[in-house]
Amino acid sequence: MASQRQQMNVVIVGHVDHGKSTLVGRLLADTGSLPEGKLEAVKAQCKRNAKPFEYAFLLDALKDEQAQGITIDTARSFFKSSKRDYIIIDAPGHIEFLKNMISGAARAEAALLVIDAHEGIKENSKRHGYMMRFLGIKNIAVCVNKMDLVNYDRAVFERIQADYVKFLKEIDLAPQAFIPIAAFCGDNMTGPSSRMPWYQGGSVLDVLDGFQKAAPLDQLPFRMPVQDIYKFTESGDDRRIVAGRVETGSVRTGDEVIFLPSGKKNRIKTVEYFNGPPRSGARAQESIGFTYDTEIYIRPGEVLCRYSQKLPHVSNKFRANVFWMGKQPLIKTKTYKLKIATQQVPVIVADIIHVLNAAELASSHKPHVDRHEVGEIIFETLKPIAFDTVNEIAPTGRFVLVDNYEIAGGGIILAPVFDSDSSLNQHIKKRDYGWERSQITPPLRAQKYGHKSALIIIAGKIDTGNQRIAKAMEEALFNLGKNVYFLGISNRLNLAASDSKDKTLGRYDALVQLGELAHLMTDAGLILITSITDIDQYDLGMLKKLNNPNRTLVIYVGQEERLALENIDLLLPENERSEAAVKKIVDLLVKAVVLDPEYEI
Amino acid sequence: MDKLDALESQSVYILREAYREFKSLVMLWSIGKDSTVLLWLARKAFFGHVPFPLVHIDTSYKIPEMIRYRDELALKFKLNMIVGQNTMALKEKRTFPDGTLDRINCCKALKTDALKNTLAGSWPRLRLNHQSAKYEVDTNTEPYTGVIVGARADEEGSRSKERYFSPRDRNSDWDVGDQPPELWNQFKTDFAPGTHIRIHPLLDWTELNIWEYIQRENIPITHLYFDQGNGKRYRSLGCYPCTMPVESHAQNVDDIVKELREGKFKNIAERSGRAQDKEDGGGLETLRKEGYM
Repeated sequence: MASQRQQMNVVIVGHVDHGKSTLVGRLLADTGSLPEGKLEAVKAQCKRNAKPFEYAFLLDALKDEQAQGITIDTARSFFKSSKRDYIIIDAPGHIEFLKNMISGAARAEAALLVIDAHEGIKENSKRHGYMMRFLGIKNIAVCVNKMDLVNYDRAVFERIQADYVKFLKEIDLAPQAFIPIAAFCGDNMTGPSSRMPWYQGGSVLDVLDGFQKAAPLDQLPFRMPVQDIYKFTESGDDRRIVAGRVETGSVRTGDEVIFLPSGKKNRIKTVEYFNGPPRSGARAQESIGFTYDTEIYIRPGEVLCRYSQKLPHVSNKFRANVFWMGKQPLIKTKTYKLKIATQQVPVIVADIIHVLNAAELASSHKPHVDRHEVGEIIFETLKPIAFDTVNEIAPTGRFVLVDNYEIAGGGIILAPVFDSDSSLNQHIKKRDYGWERSQITPPLRAQKYGHKSALIIIAGKIDTGNQRIAKAMEEALFNLGKNVYFLGISNRLNLAASDSKDKTLGRYDALVQLGELAHLMTDAGLILITSITDIDQYDLGMLKKLNNPNRTLVIYVGQEERLALENIDLLLPENERSEAAVKKIVDLLVKAVVLDPEYEI
Repeated sequence: MDKLDALESQSVYILREAYREFKSLVMLWSIGKDSTVLLWLARKAFFGHVPFPLVHIDTSYKIPEMIRYRDELALKFKLNMIVGQNTMALKEKRTFPDGTLDRINCCKALKTDALKNTLAGSWPRLRLNHQSAKYEVDTNTEPYTGVIVGARADEEGSRSKERYFSPRDRNSDWDVGDQPPELWNQFKTDFAPGTHIRIHPLLDWTELNIWEYIQRENIPITHLYFDQGNGKRYRSLGCYPCTMPVESHAQNVDDIVKELREGKFKNIAERSGRAQDKEDGGGLETLRKEGYM
């Protein structure tokens, strides 16, 4: 059956004007892969516009591309050999369009790197070579094109080959073949060329067919980044399905699994797949869903793993190489959004170890990475994330960075980093160092005000009554003559998340602001009450840290799902009546020695 | 994993990413084979459900059978069906069949303008009431920020350069020279207010893949694609004044797959029956830059 034919994605890279689109156009034409009449139509159009015909016009479909004679964006075209089907990704060679080249090449399993025999090795011949290494493409052949312009001279070919092999060695890359071609004339494209009898190797088509598909990913440890959790109850479907794509490995019903970074364990109950025979397992590359023995609360972004296998690293610090495509440089200490598999978290550039020019392979030390440079960087996330190194398991070892709505960098993880000196600690140290203390000490204030200061966080899911209780609490303490202030941060958090350029970063910024504000107010001796929804232990840890050394008390309304009990000072039932809640909270405040016991309501 | 499995898996992955990231998400359903496969893939992704509305732009020149088939399937699959139309242009007879516009400008008025305004919520949206099986004006006029479209890279040059997640500005304009990078299945899901993202889960599929998948999954498809009894069938569906049937005796999905694999259409482009592509050299690119699908 034809659908069983193997398919391979091949990217064509190289410096601008070295003939990538011509190579692809010729390959399509010579293998009979063009729609009937297309070649004639393009030739006729060239004649009408008094332009010489180019095979590139078969691919450079955009008007601007034809007008300027360059490829602007990657095009996909399809062709078949007797062995398999190919998707050819023709990438632009102009430096301006490097991000388009990366987009094309990141999908590829093999690459043809084109070098103009007449012009020789240029800047992007090298940069693209480096990027093939960065992207982990194993199947690479180098086509030395336009041999017709150097009279099919063997010496020219061999000189380029020797120079380029030397460059590739520096970046630890070994191509499968060097092929002398003249794409426009069709030499060594699909068969041997009579004009280069000195070349004994295969044609471009032979070399393509000789490329090996990568080993299936089934053999690696099981990883399924959770894309989403579905329960379509309103459509009469009670299944709670955790959906995602198995990136590597395999799993069967009954297998013990663990979600990371949360560390929650479970067992696979059923495999869910629409319109197919029942399944008892799932393998790499399948987009699938599972139900579990016990219902647990997890969020998209967790990585599902098999408990018996090697697990990913769980850490909030790692070392990575980043290729930067942003219009603004990547800057040390700046916060970006990290997207790795299905996890999305704020990440801080903790340190830039060195910066590499990918064409010259010259490295330098500076506090930023400019566009088209590669930086070796230490990243730090606020919460631990689950990841592998790119050499262990590539799909969970690669990430992108988002800056101002745009994907601005691609990264590969080299290793986890374990240490305790987080940037939050550094921030607090710096803050406290610059804080000029007054004569009035906290005990003096407490004596005067009749209470100690505290940050009271009343957490819970939306509509559990946490905000109502927080306001009642403020009123009760106010009536007792306490210095108390209520700040409804939940609304602000949501606002910050929707207003800000980025919801992940917006929420993070708002939480830091709240922590700083709390620290200021508690330092002034006040009791600050805030209600907050959808908070986890890491958010809480950050707030507590920022509010230190002053007291933080956590009250949770409703059934607790996301916070470990040890993080909670008082648990209230959902929709607890205000008076009852206030009573319990006052008891807590007394116990926590914020209030003296004689204060009764 | 065979080729169709791999294509399905990738499309499902894209659909689930879109559903998670976009609050106001819709899928365009042209009733043709591609967007019907897309609809089927949504049911794959969401385990039999389609958790977002489907939008159809009715130019009023669609082959009547298409509308019948649309409503039949919408009721059967319990789809949240939304229909938009350029009622003004139709009333004022500003169309190609009325002889007042050329083909490109007719497409622009009846498809592009209708689509833009339906997506933005600035023109009335008609929503299918499943109780009465009638269309009523939808009260939701919130702009849609994620729009799932069934474009394929093999259809035509400008589509071969698309991203899976492709941003459009306030005027639905497509900046082909400055598209976002897309790597390792990380897509552009962050966007400025007022802009929206087009999502293309079928980019890697060819016409043959589409039919092979219809065959494998037994997807209900309108019989306009089959020999109409006169040795002619539609290969691509659109408005009847601009879409010509092709000569073919293919009577069912198996026949079509055979015809595409080894028969007369093996090397003939699918859109060769669409007249608007041929006007102006880059006709479809011009239309698409301005918001055409």
